[in-house]
Amino acid sequence: MGATTELTDYMGFQGLLTDEEKLVRATARQFVNEEVLPIIDHHAQNETFPAHLIRKMGELGFYGPTLPEKYGCAGLSNVAYGLLMYELERGDSGLRSLASVQGSLVMYPIFAYGSETQKAHWLPRMATGEAIGCFGLTEPDFGSNPAGMRTKAVPEAGGKWRINGSKMWITNGSVADVAVVWAKTDDGIRGFLVERGTPGFSAPQMKGKWSLRASVTSELILEDVVVDGERSLLPNVKGIKGPLGCLTQARYGIAWGALGAADACYQTALEYALNRIQFDKPIASYQLQQRKLAEMVTEITKGQLLALHLGRLKDQGKYTFAQVSMAKMNNVNVALQIARTARTMLGANGIMGEYPIMRHANNLESVYTYEGTHDMHLLIVGQEVTGISAFRG
Amino acid sequence: MKILVAIKPVPNPDEKVKIKGDGSGIVLDNIKMVVNPFCEIAVEEALRIREKQTGEVVIMTIGPKASEQQIRTGLAMGADRAVLVEAGTDLDSLAVGKVLAKVVEGEKPDLVLMGKQSVDDDNNQVGQILAAVLGWPQATFASKIEFAADNRKANVTREVDGGLETIEVTLPAVVTTDLRLNEPRYASLPGIMKAKKKEVKVIPLASLGVDTAPRVRVLSYAPPKQRAGGGRVADVPELVAKLKNEAKVL
Ligand SMILES: Cc1cc2nc3c(=O)[nH]c(=O)nc-3n(C[C@H](O)[C@H](O)[C@H](O)COP(=O)(O)OP(=O)(O)OC[C@H]3O[C@@H](n4cnc5c(N)ncnc54)[C@H](O)[C@@H]3O)c2cc1C
Ligand SMILES: Cc1cc2nc3c(=O)[nH]c(=O)nc-3n(C[C@H](O)[C@H](O)[C@H](O)COP(=O)(O)OP(=O)(O)OC[C@H]3O[C@@H](n4cnc5c(N)ncnc54)[C@H](O)[C@@H]3O)c2cc1C
Repeated sequence: MGATTELTDYMGFQGLLTDEEKLVRATARQFVNEEVLPIIDHHAQNETFPAHLIRKMGELGFYGPTLPEKYGCAGLSNVAYGLLMYELERGDSGLRSLASVQGSLVMYPIFAYGSETQKAHWLPRMATGEAIGCFGLTEPDFGSNPAGMRTKAVPEAGGKWRINGSKMWITNGSVADVAVVWAKTDDGIRGFLVERGTPGFSAPQMKGKWSLRASVTSELILEDVVVDGERSLLPNVKGIKGPLGCLTQARYGIAWGALGAADACYQTALEYALNRIQFDKPIASYQLQQRKLAEMVTEITKGQLLALHLGRLKDQGKYTFAQVSMAKMNNVNVALQIARTARTMLGANGIMGEYPIMRHANNLESVYTYEGTHDMHLLIVGQEVTGISAFRG
Repeated sequence: MKILVAIKPVPNPDEKVKIKGDGSGIVLDNIKMVVNPFCEIAVEEALRIREKQTGEVVIMTIGPKASEQQIRTGLAMGADRAVLVEAGTDLDSLAVGKVLAKVVEGEKPDLVLMGKQSVDDDNNQVGQILAAVLGWPQATFASKIEFAADNRKANVTREVDGGLETIEVTLPAVVTTDLRLNEPRYASLPGIMKAKKKEVKVIPLASLGVDTAPRVRVLSYAPPKQRAGGGRVADVPELVAKLKNEAKVL
């Protein structure tokens, strides 16, 4: 469904793209049509992870593509990266999550905060998908307020660190070769690279989700995990701005990605409405359904223009995290509403896996919550315009 | 081995095309152009040959400046450089064959690879015309290409009506590709960025001194007739009778 048609582009925003940006999107679209759409419902229904796609996505350069060629990455514009996220999430939010976490939450902090040795060791292998990473910030008792975290790292003799604590809701956790673990130290919050197999470190998978079922979500358990400072500690950042800086990157990608899911739902509903006859006419001919379609395409279009403008600002280095909050908040919210509305238009068929809508709608519930809940982004924008924080003491 | 690959931009075959009101052509505004799928197979084969033997893969295209977008796709897949003969989209097959021959004479490749046909007009004749203009051997509808150790000859397996046929051609030759020859790779993101820096030499059509006056004139385009709805038959004898008397296929 919606596989062979082109993406929705009511205002011709693609006319504002460079040739490279168009080609990146074409590659991603073709990949999703051929490799993802045929298998994704099966994986989501069975709560299994399409692990065979990890390397394929790496070969195509889908991980950390805005990072420099020097590290085996493509050196793309932020807009091209956004378009990649759009197409991946048109396939499934879980797959986009895999790429977001790998690129924005693992490769980015290694690139921005890591030593040259850490960069040279991890980035090229992560670009190809040979190594997979995860990002451990959230804890059972600290979600929206990560600065309150309990995970602690204490320096030891010989340049070592001892880490204790636990993380929860960690995407890619059980399949990761390395975890970026954020922990409190006497010197503020610091980031550590904790490798799979380190004694005391385990990452059991969390089962039973009704959302992002084709994505791995895990706990990270750290019991007296001892790591080598030089190898593990990210030297160039201290404080909560470290993890928040990563989240800004990922949220930007999500602002594009959510629209891809919305587009898949909208196109499916449009096609269905044109073909479904009730009371002797296609349901698309009834005003009630036209209103839904008109509102959906309007929100997708506004979201695209918002994301594109933000991407151009980001390419010029002129964006703020509060602008990223607005885009994440708005675009994920409209995507979720579009998915639910599209569901109604398919009647009973709307609940079936044969159509992608219910899967997207359920996935988007996670997207609405992770990377800062919708509420938290409202509070960030509220703080930006009033100068008063409603969430921090 | 130096391989020249001809590629043609065509309207995205997955999109619905509309015919202009006056029947003079199809509406191309807002239609995405893509590399003709058979040509993509030709690019892929050239890249695989280069990967096995080393050499150079050069893309050639005839078309407007905007064709550079499709050329970049080929370069992003891995071709080394490209030649664009800048021209309108109105050349007929003979003119295209003659212009390509000029490019071939300039580049002197060991092999020309191209799609067996393009999915817009489905003429299936440019490869044959090009070989004739050059006076080179041709092998059309290739599903397998193998080279002799000295690269002087190639065995080409062709998809023909009755099955498969293998012929030997002396190089240089023109080989046109069929669907089952290979599965083209995707243009990777790093490949796309590298393609930006690769050379695309633009040659104005007029500078080649080729007579491209059309020998074929398109009178008008019309959509195929709307299909009438199907009917139900009661039993096999009725079906057979209809196939015989109405459809006249038995
Ligand atoms: C599928 C999935 C994958 C995830 N992947 C990762 C990952 O890879 N790495 C990672 O670190 N985390 C990950 N997360 C965790 C995610 O970031 C958190 O769930 C999110 O930050 C919200 O935290 P919480 O669930 O503890 O909710 P809470 O913070 O407990 O929030 C509960 C509710 O209270 C509201 N709320 C909280 N504070 C306020 C306030 N001050 N004012 C008003 N309302 C408030 C929230 O908006 C929300 O509605 C993932 C989550 C999911 C579901
Ligand atoms: C889990 C499940 C269990 C069910 N169990 C039963 C059962 O036990 N027995 C049974 O008989 N049925 C059952 N149903 C069927 C259910 O009653 C139908 O799905 C429902 O009547 C809607 O019909 P439809 O799915 O064909 O949607 P459609 O009628 O095709 O409707 C599609 C969309 O078009 C809209 N629409 C239709 N007509 C118009 C109009 N004139 N103007 C504007 N909008 C219009 C609808 O509101 C809807 O949004 C079940 C359905 C489900 C999902």
